[in-house]
Amino acid sequence: MLTNTKDIQQVMKVVGTSPVRPDGVPKVTGQAQYGADYSLPGMLWAKVLRSPHAHARILSVDTSKALALSGVKSIILGSDFPEHPFDYVGPERVAQNYWHMTRNIMAREKALFEGHAIAAVAATTAAIAAEAVSLIDVKYEVLPHCIDVEDAMLPDAPLLFEDMITRGVEPAPSKPSNISKRLEFSTGDIAAGFASADEVVEMSFKTAAVHQGYIEPHSCLARYGADGQCELWSASQGHFVVRAYTAKLVGMEIGNLLVHPAEIGGGFGGKTVVYVEPMAVLLSRKTGLPVKIMMGREDVFKSTGPTSGSSMTVKIGVKKDGTIVAAEGLFKFQAGAFPGSPVMNATMCAFAPYIIPNVKSVGFDVVSNRPKSAAYRAPGSPISAFAVESVLDILAKKIGMDPLKLRLKNAVKAGSPTAWGPKHSHDGYAETIQVLLDHPGYQKPLGKNQGRGVASGFWFNGGGESTASVHINEDGTVVIATGSMDVGGSRASMALMAAETLGVPYESVRSTVADTASIGYNHVTGGSRVTYATGIAVVEACNKVIEDLRLRASLMWDTDIKNVVWSDGYAKPVDPSVGNFEPLSLKAIAGKRAVTGGPIGYEASTNAGGQAPGFSTQFVDVEVDPETGHVKILQFVAAQDVGRAIHRDYCAGQIVGGVVQGIGWALNEEYIYDSKGRLSNAGFLDYRIPVASDLPMIEAVLVEVPNPSHPFGVKGVGEANIVPPMAAIANAIENAIGRRMTELPMSPPRVLAAIDAG
Amino acid sequence: MMEMRFETPKTAEAASALIAATPGLSKIFSGGTDLMVHMRSGNIKPELVLDIKSIAEMNVIAVENGGYRVGAAVNCMQLLENTAFATMWPGIIDGANLVGSIQVRGRATLGGNLCNASPGADTVPAMIAAGAIASIVGPNGRREIPVEQVPAGPGKTSLTKGELIVSFFLPKRAPHSGDAYLRFTPRTEMDIAVVGVGLSLTLDANGVCTHARVSLGAVADRALLVPEAAAALIGTTVDAVALAKLAAAASAAARPIDDKRGTKVFRIKVAGVLARRAAEKALARAKGNN
Amino acid sequence: MSKHHVTTVINGDPVEFLCQPNVSLLDVLRNELNMTGTKEGCGTGDCGSCSVTLDGRLVCSCLVLGVEAHGKTIQTIEGMANGETLHVLQRKFLEHAALQCGICTPGFLIAARSLLERNNNPTEEEVRFWLAGNLCRCTGYNNIITAVLEAAREMRGA
Repeated sequence: MLTNTKDIQQVMKVVGTSPVRPDGVPKVTGQAQYGADYSLPGMLWAKVLRSPHAHARILSVDTSKALALSGVKSIILGSDFPEHPFDYVGPERVAQNYWHMTRNIMAREKALFEGHAIAAVAATTAAIAAEAVSLIDVKYEVLPHCIDVEDAMLPDAPLLFEDMITRGVEPAPSKPSNISKRLEFSTGDIAAGFASADEVVEMSFKTAAVHQGYIEPHSCLARYGADGQCELWSASQGHFVVRAYTAKLVGMEIGNLLVHPAEIGGGFGGKTVVYVEPMAVLLSRKTGLPVKIMMGREDVFKSTGPTSGSSMTVKIGVKKDGTIVAAEGLFKFQAGAFPGSPVMNATMCAFAPYIIPNVKSVGFDVVSNRPKSAAYRAPGSPISAFAVESVLDILAKKIGMDPLKLRLKNAVKAGSPTAWGPKHSHDGYAETIQVLLDHPGYQKPLGKNQGRGVASGFWFNGGGESTASVHINEDGTVVIATGSMDVGGSRASMALMAAETLGVPYESVRSTVADTASIGYNHVTGGSRVTYATGIAVVEACNKVIEDLRLRASLMWDTDIKNVVWSDGYAKPVDPSVGNFEPLSLKAIAGKRAVTGGPIGYEASTNAGGQAPGFSTQFVDVEVDPETGHVKILQFVAAQDVGRAIHRDYCAGQIVGGVVQGIGWALNEEYIYDSKGRLSNAGFLDYRIPVASDLPMIEAVLVEVPNPSHPFGVKGVGEANIVPPMAAIANAIENAIGRRMTELPMSPPRVLAAIDAG
Repeated sequence: MMEMRFETPKTAEAASALIAATPGLSKIFSGGTDLMVHMRSGNIKPELVLDIKSIAEMNVIAVENGGYRVGAAVNCMQLLENTAFATMWPGIIDGANLVGSIQVRGRATLGGNLCNASPGADTVPAMIAAGAIASIVGPNGRREIPVEQVPAGPGKTSLTKGELIVSFFLPKRAPHSGDAYLRFTPRTEMDIAVVGVGLSLTLDANGVCTHARVSLGAVADRALLVPEAAAALIGTTVDAVALAKLAAAASAAARPIDDKRGTKVFRIKVAGVLARRAAEKALARAKGNN
Repeated sequence: MSKHHVTTVINGDPVEFLCQPNVSLLDVLRNELNMTGTKEGCGTGDCGSCSVTLDGRLVCSCLVLGVEAHGKTIQTIEGMANGETLHVLQRKFLEHAALQCGICTPGFLIAARSLLERNNNPTEEEVRFWLAGNLCRCTGYNNIITAVLEAAREMRGA
């Protein structure tokens, strides 16, 4: 891997290395416990009845035959959950509506997608629960359905909600539709901008819904006690958020629900919401026994949020010298059965990497009869980037400019404007472009049917609430605890930052994830926020500990605290005049703690701001088989500004992982529906994620432009890498065969049809 | 509650008798890689499941009359690992090497792949092209039929109740012979074939094709034997002209559907492309075999 | 339906259990024997997370019936390390960051060990094709392939 470090003053001892992670041995030996790996004595199994129809009124549900089956302990319906007022709460970009959410957990008036949960059964064995599900008699009135976003927007489209009036339109429409919301970000004068352009390209694009594809299905175990206290073991990206949603959806106080963080088998955003947890808790409450639910793979595809499919039109104007003068985007996103697609992110991120004086970016959030969309790694941004980065490629060719240089010419830096208001806060984008221009692979000659494409991408990255605690054990070892679920190795990063701050070896730091009763609030592991925000909390807690260690040493030396410094893991006299004192290690100070003030440990919380966005620029070489349309990846180089790599290998791992998801999104992944609105490919056989033999080694290039708001300069790394690949591959295909693909996925039949059409 | 019996008969006749004595649905459990999936989804609810993997004659791989006798319960990995067989029939190995994954190949069998009767089965076209003969045991004794007569439609075979395939006979190979199986899938592994072509040919001492068999998979309701495609090669040196005729005949014979794995148009075109490429591969092998 | 009595050997130890004939080996391992190291990712043989070896043969345990284990030997992830001593593959996976969430890791380790037992000097392409039946969604496979090649190198003493 190549690196490009800039202005790094400090010399790090452990940060930037790649030690083995604390959860490593349990994971390679099969001992680590994931959501489905927990059991309790007397446990019941729960299975879920799901709608076979894409859209239907639920006329009646008869559970009598199912209840009569020996071994069945309880059956719940949507009406067993409390109702919630219809209200969007929280910041606009991440607003929640519990009236919708409770219906997403379990249907009430209507089944709004194939796979929509109708009822859940708890029984003594999984087989009995499954048989009981088949005995539940539901009378449906099947309704016409709509799937595609354009179809859902037609005036005569079947309505999911008969009272949905589009928000964000003045005056409000008089008739209901499936359009939940319209939003717009504009700056400058778009007409004047295009008028001043030398070249203008306008093009329309379509993308299919794709699923996060985590290998672990959703699972949980709930134990509700007669005292109203409930414990929940759940695989999620945020057990505090699971606690909040589940408590509200079930109608209990947050303090009565304790959520244990199980290891998580992948999330990518899809496990920042709940599906099975409210059902398990409610069934446990009703039966007085522990209840376990594990989703099957088919249910995961049918019933959990993929990201949106879309229909987009993008128009960009440039001058002959490559200056972008105007950009316009129309982004129509499928939200699934309930509002909340990532269209707002998409409209904001679409043109974010570029300094453009005239921008108009419009988005529509549209419901249709498919599962409610959930976050998928930089939600929304990869979709709009597919359109924008493709159009930029066409423009680069028109003006005869290298596509990387076109991007470099217009690249934002700190202080550059955005279309949605605030100025860009950090540099870093231009550096990701430059490192590729300098990369030898970018000059590699191409053969027959081969092509090269580039693309860039932007993601906000998150800050937010995190809490960490740090304690010193009697033997001088350190325990740190956070409430941030560890998906990618963050326990190791936390330990590295703590070790660096305290000046001790990495091996002396134990790094854990604590349950919701044992640590303060932590927001989700998502939005590329954990190394940044939770890292800040860890460092702050360590700094508090260091202050206390100085105080303890001063007591042990009977001197003033200002005479003690903490350096390289030891308390030392600030200079020899203080006295002839040997440096004191953590172990030495901890050994005397009882007489110097008691246990040594601190907690720190933050609501971190000052995070820097993620920028990634990538190039890919492909080879197209002109007789079959098959696309092979030959070389893929992805550069990303990570600020400072705390754990080099895990940073690179995030980049490679996101790129490969992007490759699947580009070439083969899509939700395929039949004429009845049912999913045809609800399994890993026909929902085709990349396999090892499809790929070469992907090269990750870590660019480091440190973020001064973080003690180590960290910028979130998890997400920006999935934003460029689809456009990069489309651009490479165009370079190889002279055909522009405007629809995802660019599967062989589509590529072959494009070749043969020319 | 689904009641299911599981038996492990020691002979084919015992298996046949068990099926005859069972009024409800009986299923042969060979590799189980298809049956387990059908049972999990509830598509198939057998009353009796017969594990035939302990039946001796279904596990052989042996030379017989210069050809090969291969048991119907031999799994793909065992076949791949048999170097002598792999040398004689690399095209059948091509197919066996593409079924599912290594894990699936450790269980999936030729008998199961044929009798599951998926039109896209990967071992079937090369077996048809090879002229394999299926040996069947049933209530009325034993009989033999060419393998192409076994599939009768998606998920259906021509076997009657109580019949099971115990082994396959691959004929003795003439000199200058070669076979190949190619398939198109969107990924490099793990997919069901969108198009599959099995092709076997024999050349004379002058390089002229004297015998050929061409079979198409995944482009009809069952694997097809396409005599017109073979005819395009016989009597030629398998030159560019012959290959073009072969491709056209293959495309013409394909009668596929649009489904989640491929479109009609795509399958028809790619059938021709793969037929040509399979012939090139078989030809190279025939020329390498003296 | 009545249960079968099965005796088998798992990771070198004799094991007995009762199971209904329609239950998969995966479900027996996880739910009957509490050996949760083997994972369910799909239940249909498409992801490889449930990989075990059956009489030395690499298989998906979701496609094997529990009753078929009778009289056979099974190896699962729980038997891969030797007490405190990790198998070289386990060490290399850790050293080369070949796991992120780790859910696919047991399946990959079992599959990779099966490869190296047959071929101790595989090419990168051979490793990729052997492991095509194991899905990973987090790593993009780079480091898994590297870890397997490095383990092979160490096992050869190279």
